[in-house]
Parts: sequence; C-alpha cells; structure tokens
Amino acid sequence: MQKAERLANPKNLIRFIPAEGLDGFKAGGYFPFCFEEIPVRRRLFLNSLVVASLFLPGLAAAQDKQELTVYTYESFVSEWGPGPKVKEAFEKVCGCTLNFVGVADGVALLNRLKLEGAGSKADVVVGLDTNLVAEAKQTGLFDVSGIDASAAKVPGGYRNDVFVPYDYGHFAVIYDTQTVKNPPTSLKDLVEGDPSQKIAIQDPRTSTPGLGLLLWVKSVYGDKAPEAWEKLRKRILTVTPGWSESYGLFTKGEVPMVLSYTTSPAYHMVSEKTDRYQAAAFSEGHYIQIEVSGLLKNAPHKELAKQFLAFTLTSGFQDAIPENNWMMPVAATSNPLPEAFSKLVVPQKTFLMDPEEVAKNRKAWIDEWLAAMSMN
Amino acid sequence: MMLRRDYRRSIIFGTVAFAAVFLFMALAVAALLSFDAGASAAGIMDAYTLRILRFTLYQATLSTLLSIVLGLPVALALCRRREFPGRIWIVRLMAVPMGLPVIVGAFGIITIWGRQGVLNTALVFAGADEPFSIYGLSGILIAHVFFNLPLSVRLMLAGLERIPGEYWRMAASLGMGPVSIFRFIEWPAVARLVPGIAGLVFMLCASSFTLVLLLGGGPAATTLEVAIYQALRFDFDPQRAIALSVLQIALTAILLGLLAFLPSPEAEIPSLGRSLRRFDGKGIGARLWDGAAIVFAILLIGLPLVAIAVSGLSADLPRLLSAPIFLRAAATSLAIAALSAALVVFCCMAIIGARQAVGSRRQAGQPLRFLSAMLGAGSSLVLLVPPVVLGSGWFLLLRVFGNVSFYAPVLVALINMLMALPLAMRVLEPAFTSHFLRTGRLSASLGLQGLTRLWFADLPVLWRPLAMAFSFAMALSLGDLGAVALFGSENFVTLPWLVYSNMGSYRTNDAAGYAFLLGIVCLLLAAGGVSRQSQSARASI
Repeated sequence: MQKAERLANPKNLIRFIPAEGLDGFKAGGYFPFCFEEIPVRRRLFLNSLVVASLFLPGLAAAQDKQELTVYTYESFVSEWGPGPKVKEAFEKVCGCTLNFVGVADGVALLNRLKLEGAGSKADVVVGLDTNLVAEAKQTGLFDVSGIDASAAKVPGGYRNDVFVPYDYGHFAVIYDTQTVKNPPTSLKDLVEGDPSQKIAIQDPRTSTPGLGLLLWVKSVYGDKAPEAWEKLRKRILTVTPGWSESYGLFTKGEVPMVLSYTTSPAYHMVSEKTDRYQAAAFSEGHYIQIEVSGLLKNAPHKELAKQFLAFTLTSGFQDAIPENNWMMPVAATSNPLPEAFSKLVVPQKTFLMDPEEVAKNRKAWIDEWLAAMSMN
Repeated sequence: MMLRRDYRRSIIFGTVAFAAVFLFMALAVAALLSFDAGASAAGIMDAYTLRILRFTLYQATLSTLLSIVLGLPVALALCRRREFPGRIWIVRLMAVPMGLPVIVGAFGIITIWGRQGVLNTALVFAGADEPFSIYGLSGILIAHVFFNLPLSVRLMLAGLERIPGEYWRMAASLGMGPVSIFRFIEWPAVARLVPGIAGLVFMLCASSFTLVLLLGGGPAATTLEVAIYQALRFDFDPQRAIALSVLQIALTAILLGLLAFLPSPEAEIPSLGRSLRRFDGKGIGARLWDGAAIVFAILLIGLPLVAIAVSGLSADLPRLLSAPIFLRAAATSLAIAALSAALVVFCCMAIIGARQAVGSRRQAGQPLRFLSAMLGAGSSLVLLVPPVVLGSGWFLLLRVFGNVSFYAPVLVALINMLMALPLAMRVLEPAFTSHFLRTGRLSASLGLQGLTRLWFADLPVLWRPLAMAFSFAMALSLGDLGAVALFGSENFVTLPWLVYSNMGSYRTNDAAGYAFLLGIVCLLLAAGGVSRQSQSARASI
C-alpha cells in the first residue's frame, strides 16, 4: 500500500500540471468528468506530453517556484480577511507561492486533516483553537514547530512546543447600548439578572464560542454549573447552531445581548463608526480563545513551512490580524493598534482550561448542560 | 400498453439510473464506514437519542399536517380563481422559499414574527403587554410551514390542474354544489397525491437542522440531524453518524410505508384535453373564502420575503452586483444548479419510465413489481442521507486522485441532485402517469416509441411539468450550502456561501444584499418554471 502510494503519489501530479491549470486537465481529457470530444491525434499528443513529464518531475518542479500550502478557515482567506495581506507580505520575503485552502471553520479544518491523514498536501494549518489542540495533537499528524515562539504574548501565558499562537480574543457578552442601560457586570449578574432581558448564545455541540461559554461557566461555577445554567436558561432567547446566526439576531435588534468576543465592538467602531455595541466587563474574568497554527509532520516543504510559522509572529502577519480577523494580535504590529482597540474591555483575569482536561470532560459537561437546559 | 422494445429499454434505463444513484450513496457510506477514526462507536440508542428521536418525529408530523391542511384550501382557491389578480406571480412566488438558504428565510420570519417583529410591535401597539414569543415549537412550525406550504400548494395545484376540463362542464350541467364538487372531483384528485406530498414534507422537516436549533429556543428542541452533524463534525465519529442516519432512514421508511397504505382512488380516466374553465364558485361566500385563503398564503409567504427584500435593499447593491466575486459565485451557482437539475430530470424520467413499463403489463411478475416498488421508495428516501455524510464519503474516495477541489463542483451538483430527486419525482410522476394513461395506447397503436414518442407525443404535453421540476430542482440547489463548505477552496464560491461567509464576518448588510439577489434569481427561475400560458389554456393533445 505504501509503495503504491509513493508511486502514484497525487502530489507529484499536481506539482507540474498547474502551469496550464484546470484547463490543461480538461483539454487533455484527464479531467474525469469531461464530456468533450477530443480529436484522437491531439489526445495522443497530450498523452505523450503527460507521459514525458512523468519522467521529468525534477525539471518540471524546478521551473516552478516552491508552493507552500496553508489550510485555514474560510473567513481567513476571504477578500476582507487577513489572507490576501498575509499572502502578499510572505511572498515578498520567501520567493515562493503561498496557497491558502479555506474550509468552513476550525472544526472542519481538523476533520479535513483527519480525512486526508498522512497524505495531506498541507504544509501548515492556521486556525485551530485551544479547545481543538489536544485532539489535533492526538492525530499524530503534527510536528514540533521548532521555532522560537517567545515573541508571542498571550494573556495568561500559553506555551506549546507544537502549536504557535497567532491571535486571541476573550469571550464576552456584547450588548446593545440603546436597549440595555444596566449591562451585567459579572457572570453572576448575567445568570441572576432580569429574565425578560434576553441573550442569544451558541450551541456547545456545534460551535466553538458555545463551547467557550460552557467552559467559562464551568471555570467560574465549578460543580455548581448546572444550577447556574438552570437560572441562565430563563434569560436565553435561543441557542443557535453557530456564531453567525446569533450575531445576526443581535444586529437585527431581535435580542439585546449576545455571546461574542471582547473585540467585536472594534468592528462596529472601525467599520461602521458606531459605539452602539459594547462588551460587558465581567468581574470574575473572561475565558480566552487562542488561535494557533501548526506544522504538519508530512509537510512537502518543511523548511518553507517553518519559515512561515516564524513569519506568523512578525509584523508582516500580525498587521493583518486586528482589522481583518478582528482579534488581538499576539506580537508587535508595525503601527500602533487603531484607536478603537484601546477602548475595548481588558479582562482583569483570564480563564483557560488545560486542553487535555477539556478533551477528557467535554462529553460529560455537554451532557450536564443538555440536562440543565432541557428541563421544563 | 407499451411496445416490447420500449418496454425493455424503459426497464433497463430506470434500473441503471436507480443503480447509479444507489451506488453513489453506497460508495460514500462504505468509504466512511471503512475509515478508522479511532473513536469508539458507542451505542446509539441511549436516552438522549430516544428523546431527540421523539422530538424529531413529533415536530415533523405536526409540520407536515399543517403544511397539507393549510395548503389544501389555498390550492383549491388558486385552481378555482384563475382570474385572481396577479395569480401567476403568486404561484411563482411559491418557488422562492425553496431556493432561499434556511438562515435567510429564518431571519425573514423573525422580522415578522419575532420578539421585535412586525406582529409583536402591532400587538403591543394594540395594547397587549406580553410580547408573543415564537421561540419553541411554534417557531419551528411557523418556519416549516413557510418553507413547505408553498411546496404542498404547488404540488396539489398541479394535481388539480390535471383534472380534465370535461369534469367541470359536467359538474356545472349537473348543478353540483361546492361540497359535491369537493367530494367527487377535487378531493379524489388531491387525495391521490397527499401521501406523496406528506412523505416529502415529512422528510424535509425531519431532517431540518438550522431552523430547529435557531427557532427551537434551546436544546430541548433537537433533531436527529443535529446529532448526526455533531457526531460527524464535532466528535468525528463516522460510525455513529452513519448508525444515526440509518435509524433516521429506517423510521421514515416505516412511516412512508404506512402512508402508502392510505386508500388511493383509482387513477383518472383519459380526457379529450378540453381547456380548463371553471363554472363553479360564483357565490359571494365562495369568493370570500377563496380570497381569504389566497390572501392568507400571500401574507404567510410574502411578508417574510418582503422583510428579506427590505433588508437587502438597504445594502449597497450596485457595489455587490459589480463585485467580481458575485459574478463568479452566481456563475458557479447557476452552473451547478443547472447541471443538477438536468441530471435530476433525466434520472426521474428514467425511473418513471421503468415504473410505467412494469405497471403497463398485467402479467408482470413478482420480481418486476418489487423492482418498481423499490424504485418508488428508494427515490424518496435518498433525501434522508445527510449531505454531510455523502460529502465526507466522496471526499475520502476522491482524495486518492489528487486535489479534491477539482471534483468539488461536480460532486456538489450530484449531491444536490439527490436532494432534489424526491421533489422532482413528486412533480413528474403524477403528470407522466396521467399522460401515459391518456396517450399510451394510442402511441402504441401508432407504433410510436423511443425518441419519436418522446418528441411527438410526450414533450408537447409534458414540457410544463418538466420545466416545473427543472426550476424546482434548480432553486433547491441554488439555496443549498450543504456540501460546499467541506470542499472549501478560494476558487469555489457559490451564492449561499457568499451569504454565509459575509454573515460570519460581521458583514450582515452585505449578507442581506446577497440574500436578496439570490431571492431574485430564484424568482426569475420560477418565472421560467410557470409560463403565463398555463393559466389560460391547456395545450391540447
């Protein structure tokens, strides 16, 4: 099996064909769903080209610049995300081509790696978060980063020899100042406050912020978490499958509070020039979400991948984080952060559970949450 | 009656089409099952599963009942009032909810029915102090009726419009009252379709996911689909995901089986194809009743659509329209939708042809009868195989052949095709059956078969249901995000993807704009699916 894989390694095929791109596949009839009729003579010619290039992979590769493949989540690569800026900055220094592949979100990212296993063509993964780290490590697909990550400064401190943090944000309750005059000042305040003032949260079974809130409540309340959820339940308007749905409800004005990040108001202040949406500072402290990148063990371009990981901690990468990913950078940016960021809530205390502990207890805690939230 | 060569060919085509569909699913499931995820496939029948199973069936049953019971008067009224102002646009509007991504529809519904919605504002203005809350079962039901009532209305309306024109003349000359007309003409025509429509709506509601979570108000409202999604995505436990899918399919198969036992009246008799003209319902009471039913449907479906349009119009539409990414997304979406709609229509024609061939032979043996039943049931149940299972399975199979994003568009089109297959069958099978009953013997006696029969005898009459099925399938595929997310790459952008990804990056305004544009595309498609001609006269045979 292994030998066969080496012989028919699809990566070899891909490396030399992109010169003509997908069209090359189509014209040659190698695109498996091609219905076009191709004259036999032309097909023979194309066949011989492909066969010839099979024997000259070194030559074909030499003509091309090295290509680094980075897997990430789709909002990172969208035209308004940090992806385009990062690509430009890195290509300037590496003399290579940086290709992003964006999947739905961090969870989908990990699943895609699991599905592809050791045969993945990814060099680097950008966009796992701290709650996925334990599971990601368990796959055995990642290698120690081997870079000096001391430039990365994260509240509460975060060190991992495999995963390198590149940005972070604290979970926070965002409220609409037009309807909420006395925002909660602590988690306790939120739990025990006026049940007619509603909040939208996310489902910990399907969303990472949802899981974040679950861990936040667990960090503050410990064994009393189920009782806290029972009380909070009366304030919860609805539990959405993902962040987008609840944040959409919030900006539509349907619900005055939503679980999001301390950095969310920065978007509204910078892009929409409004102070209307603010984060509530909680006296117990806030739970943190740290986004990390990692190097794959079977990375086709390992040296380049390491270079990219080191690059994530320089200003070329960090500059793109605040106003494109709307998270806090972990290292120095070349210019001071926009003014809006200085108005954001800075948590007095940061909660972060050990990823191993989260991985071990997640199922039990979700069951506990389900039981508390489903009572009539 | 069918000529022998036609007979054999029909059965072969149908079997091949069905086998291809089945193989497409089976390969995906097999690939996933053989994938060692290292996770333990814990027992699936625990208290949690039982609870969500009960809720899934409960809400799906209620949603189905409401969609059919509320849809029937609307369909009857739309069939009777052929001169109702803007009737054709009302009928076309019914295809729009189908093509909207659920999240867009849900936000439209919330704008009307929500806590801060139009209805509550009006109620508070009128003096009510406690706002009405839709979060819970009521919200789920409202949303399911919004998405499925148009479907049931359109399918029932198509059935009613197939009633031969002679019936109405006869009814008028006999002086039949509304009750007798309903009992002897309308109900028999609709009743034959109800099991199929109910089954379809039930499956759509049972596998509902985002709507149930968003409007259900909490995890007490959870469907099996949520558990499948959770198992495959968050826990990455393919075995559990497939076990749950099998459970879902098995239960629904039992329910569909029970529905099939509902008494269905004999198939209609051939007609001369006189133009459809109604002589009944001239009384003021009947007018008011029909008017109320149509207005009810317009409000129920139209108001949330208006809300979507209003929030979409506040976006910077010229900028969105001229953005290269929009043009690329629209082209990709339309190409995928057209491909999957064409495939679904061909596949349905093949399957229906085989079922007719079997039905046309009195002496068809047990195996053939079984094949025909399999084709019928199988083509419905494909809807219940979660797209995320199909997508992941095919991802595993294709990764051997290199970059999976190359295949993504075709794969997405195929998965969308499966999702649209049951719907297209409901549109096409009754129309084909009645057409075959009317013309089958004549065609056979003239020696018409194969393409000649298709061209001269079938297409002139059947192009209308074919266009309807095509536009429905396209709309369904346009609004689907489903499998796209799995294959994400920067080159593969569809319209729903644009809506979701803008929404996921705080850009709610742009998302609303794209949602509105998507709705417009669906409406244009619907305009292609229902031609103006269909309201005045039926093509004569």
